[in-house]
Amino acid sequence: MAATSRTPRSQLGIDRADVRRARTLARQVGKPIVDLATRHTTVSVERATLRLAGLGGADPDGTPWVNRLADAVRADVGLEHGVSLPVWDALARGEGDDLLVLAQKAAAGSVTFRVPEGKDATRARTASRRAVAAGITRIDRQRGARERMIAKVGDAPSKPWIYLIVATGDIHEDIPQAQAAAREGADVIAVIRSTGQSLLDFVPEGATREGFAGTYATQENFRLMRAALDETSKELGRYVRLTNYASGLCMPEIAALAGLERLDMMLNDSMYGILFRDINPVRTFVDQRFSRQVHARAGIIINTGEDNYLTTADAVEAAHTVTTSQLLNEYFAKEAGLEDWQLGLGHAFEIDPEVPDSFRLELAHAMLARELFPDAPLKWMPPTRHMTGDIFKGYLLDGFFNLVGAMTGQGILLVGMMTEAVVTPWISDRDLALQNVRYVMNAAGNLREDFHPAPDGFIATRAREVLGEAVGLLEQIKADRSVPGEPPLLSAIADGTFGLMKRPADKGKGLEGVAAKAAGYYNPATEILEGDQR
Amino acid sequence: MTGLIRPYGDTTGDGMVQLSFTLPIEHSKVAEGAAVQLANKMGMDPALVVHAKPMGEGFTFFVVYGRVNHLVDPSTVEVVERDYPLLTPKEANAAIKRSMRRRLVVVGGCIGTDAHTVGIDAILNIKGFAGEKGLEYYRELKVVNLGAQVSVPQLVEAAREEKADAVLVSQVVTQRDAHLLNTREMSAAFREAYPAAKRPLLVVGGPRFDETMADELGVDRVFSRGTTPGEVASFIVHRLTNRSAS
Repeated sequence: MAATSRTPRSQLGIDRADVRRARTLARQVGKPIVDLATRHTTVSVERATLRLAGLGGADPDGTPWVNRLADAVRADVGLEHGVSLPVWDALARGEGDDLLVLAQKAAAGSVTFRVPEGKDATRARTASRRAVAAGITRIDRQRGARERMIAKVGDAPSKPWIYLIVATGDIHEDIPQAQAAAREGADVIAVIRSTGQSLLDFVPEGATREGFAGTYATQENFRLMRAALDETSKELGRYVRLTNYASGLCMPEIAALAGLERLDMMLNDSMYGILFRDINPVRTFVDQRFSRQVHARAGIIINTGEDNYLTTADAVEAAHTVTTSQLLNEYFAKEAGLEDWQLGLGHAFEIDPEVPDSFRLELAHAMLARELFPDAPLKWMPPTRHMTGDIFKGYLLDGFFNLVGAMTGQGILLVGMMTEAVVTPWISDRDLALQNVRYVMNAAGNLREDFHPAPDGFIATRAREVLGEAVGLLEQIKADRSVPGEPPLLSAIADGTFGLMKRPADKGKGLEGVAAKAAGYYNPATEILEGDQR
Repeated sequence: MTGLIRPYGDTTGDGMVQLSFTLPIEHSKVAEGAAVQLANKMGMDPALVVHAKPMGEGFTFFVVYGRVNHLVDPSTVEVVERDYPLLTPKEANAAIKRSMRRRLVVVGGCIGTDAHTVGIDAILNIKGFAGEKGLEYYRELKVVNLGAQVSVPQLVEAAREEKADAVLVSQVVTQRDAHLLNTREMSAAFREAYPAAKRPLLVVGGPRFDETMADELGVDRVFSRGTTPGEVASFIVHRLTNRSAS
């Protein structure tokens, strides 16, 4: 809100009271979800905590030790107290010299866990907090290292940051491709994950050389790629950022690994997993809150996934669902401690080019996002739905996409490829795409100075209309009582308010990994992350 | 049938084509000569390099225009022609009502690790594709969309449970021929789980499928890029209503 007061007059003639109303509604809709999230834990939150305490590696079958240990604790005493107290109690009782030995013994069935009480509980609490604090300190050091490196070698020279994707499936192929992309001008490299990783309930281990349409997110892959990009950053004299995905069933663990290995941006949407991957809503909201707390601490910029709404729904009809989701993502992000500069709120250029005035509509939607979130970097996603294989038309469409990006001061621009939907980008596709971006930024990058939409013109009117519809949708969600006793947003998700996807709170993948917290629940990571935040 | 034809630039019979490619060589006169040589070997003669640009380290991108000497004969081209009538949703509903006297059950999903539901959703979701409503819109069709990353046993199980008349599978990811492997696994599982006469109609689709491969893949029909919901619905209705009528 401090942000809106800095922009004294709206270019789009938006009433500031409407913006406040939208944010108030987002808070009212989001708050019961936050309350729900604080009352629950998940297997992945607990495993992330063990990872922060330094437990890594996997058994000979490739099952991570954090999974083995968390499963063993859960089998003995349930999940509702968290794993920290039973684990550090077992260590104090001499069941293992360290977490790894304990996990190995637990996997072999030779440790019995209990929920400690009294002095034993205090002892386990203190020890677990010390162990997890070491991991958080490592995250803090990585944040410091990023800041020092940017100060020393320099930052990306201009906005928007140019965001390019690599996705070979083999980390050792990804690295030279990523370095080449950085040399060609990428400010941000995203390593696309292997198809299907979001539904794995464990994080694969080690450097991986096989994946489907992408490369597995693993701690070692993160480390290898970050080290390679550090080299390239020094060579180029600008810090090249690295992106991956904190999404799916292991969202909190991936967030922790990203913090530990100094990733710079993470895709992390509040509802994407629910709607598009059929992951249980409660699981998602609990995991999301923890992972955002980690991102806040690690100085990681999140990228939200609003572009996905427009790949399944009509980009004109559903424009307000993007705004609604941005407002919810903003609320959840700030509640978790993220700051404006960390909010890469997503939106996309997906209107059917056959629709009359499609460019003006795109511009209206993008200007609305810019005006609602003046201090957020915003992530601008290129056309995909209407990229037909006609690469010549696609190249023109990408040019118009870049023009909207230039005119609306986007922070992060995912470079559109004319061969979208045809092949994974060739070296020439990438080069041509970057030429397109450079031409538009060079030719029209400062157009924003001169361009002011007419107050009652098509663009300003459309922007106000979309905001009005978003407020209407938030009001409708707030009033949703279709599942009594549940937060209205869960009811709304259950009855298909978002697209045609109905996702009830008691269905979906990963539900069995959710537990309501017992009275004595303890998680040192949450305590540290929330304690330092307040 | 037309006779032999050749590409058309701006004059009948000129045989002109355009081509772009990258060679792993630094840009130089030699590189441009190499590009001409490639074009010549591909049957372009004369070939004119109209654009050459260094890309990355050790690569050069070329745009080449030229005349090809090849002729093509459309009468020898093999394609899968549509062998069923296109029905409107109303006609499809009426045909199901008339011959089956119950709703026709369609179970669909993406199998394997494929998480791209765009294809199956475009065909099944009411929203549809290319201006046509999806199968959910058809009153006489009961649609069960299992979504992404369905395992083959799950698919067979769901087909049994729902008493599926037709099973629709979408495959977008084609790395290492995953779409072909998955489809063969799927059709084999259905052959194993059902007696031949009871097996549901198996339909696969995706942007990289070859429509002539149905037999090889063990399915009843393969649909490729650009298929609309109406085409899929018409095919299913045509095959199933004729089957139960006979």
